[in-house]
Amino acid sequence: MVTAPSPISAAFRQALSEAWAGGAGALLPVGFFAGAAILVPFGIGSQPDQLSAIGGGILWVALALSSLVTMERIFQSDLEDGALDLWLQADAPLAAIAAAKTFAHWLAAGLPLVLITPLLGLMLQLPPDQLLPAAGAYGVGGIAFFMWGGVGAALTASVRRGGLLIALIALPLYVPTAIFGAMTLEAGAARMPPEALLLAATSLFACGIAPFAMAAALRLAAD
Amino acid sequence: MSAPLITATGLAAIRGERLLFRDVSIAVHGGESLVLRGANGNGKTTLLRILAGLTRPAEGSVTREVGFHWIAHRTGLKPHETPREHLCLWARAWGVPFDNIDSRLAEAGLKRPGDVPARLLSAGQRQRTALARLKLDPRALWLMDEPFSALDVEARAALNRDMREHCAAGGAIIAAVHGDVGLDADREFAL
Repeated sequence: MVTAPSPISAAFRQALSEAWAGGAGALLPVGFFAGAAILVPFGIGSQPDQLSAIGGGILWVALALSSLVTMERIFQSDLEDGALDLWLQADAPLAAIAAAKTFAHWLAAGLPLVLITPLLGLMLQLPPDQLLPAAGAYGVGGIAFFMWGGVGAALTASVRRGGLLIALIALPLYVPTAIFGAMTLEAGAARMPPEALLLAATSLFACGIAPFAMAAALRLAAD
Repeated sequence: MSAPLITATGLAAIRGERLLFRDVSIAVHGGESLVLRGANGNGKTTLLRILAGLTRPAEGSVTREVGFHWIAHRTGLKPHETPREHLCLWARAWGVPFDNIDSRLAEAGLKRPGDVPARLLSAGQRQRTALARLKLDPRALWLMDEPFSALDVEARAALNRDMREHCAAGGAIIAAVHGDVGLDADREFAL
């Protein structure tokens, strides 16, 4: 069977199987996410109106931090086992391969986070009719988090224990998404407020810029 | 004589503060094999990486006329990947047939470990898997960094035979090699 050369889909498949290979690929960030979100009511008190006012924002912060949990390995392993050298020679732009790998990582580690936001939102007293639209907002914003996290991962690919460095690099880049994300929830995500479009714009911007930054960083890491 | 498959002129490499080599010029034609020799740390790997376009030289330039295969100490195998998955993946990425993976595995002596994750394989079996990529996709130039490392006597003989056949068919090889591995190269280059 001969197929057209498809390095991008091959990179996607490899990254997806690698994310699941550890066994707890998706569960680790989910556990961290739930743990961080559940800790907050204990810290600030569990009065429903208080929780309902800040619950959406807490989930944004927890989502941002959870997106970084498994980020460290996505490019570092490629550098260590030599796969990066092969991908650099593949017949496709490195930016596209990096984007495919990051997208696969988002599917394995990011999408499960989005899927449990309604449950966590319920616990944090978010209005029930807002739960699903809010999950949509978290999904859109999460893509930006993973793209910028991928840039941090590519920049620290050759750094041992680069996990915290990734957070230092990526968290400032999360700010616009976090701002518009929180504003979207405040305005009521179900009504598709203008803030939701700005939130989507930050994600589109990340999808447009981050792959090229990842590619440049990976070339440097291989050098 | 036809144009060389790969030409490097005036290459220099600096690693950290150290000048590894300078004024290295290499041209390899189809049918030729070139062996790089030198003590550990003399820059054989760096030179090969420059030739493959993975590392930028401090000076000089490299022109490749053909596609190439890259075989290095870091094999490119993922710990969770089986040899079969590895070959299927790269066949897919390169757009070459992958319905003959079974025979490729058998040729490489990987029939039995073909479905074992790489982290459970020996270094020699991982190297055999990487070398099996060479036959997946015919490419004229092979860049190899210590291709014989970790291989047993039988696999060394097979690789020697493959390398001879590759050159006889008009291909070219540049390989960094240590010690006597029974490879009769056309030329040697000392770093």
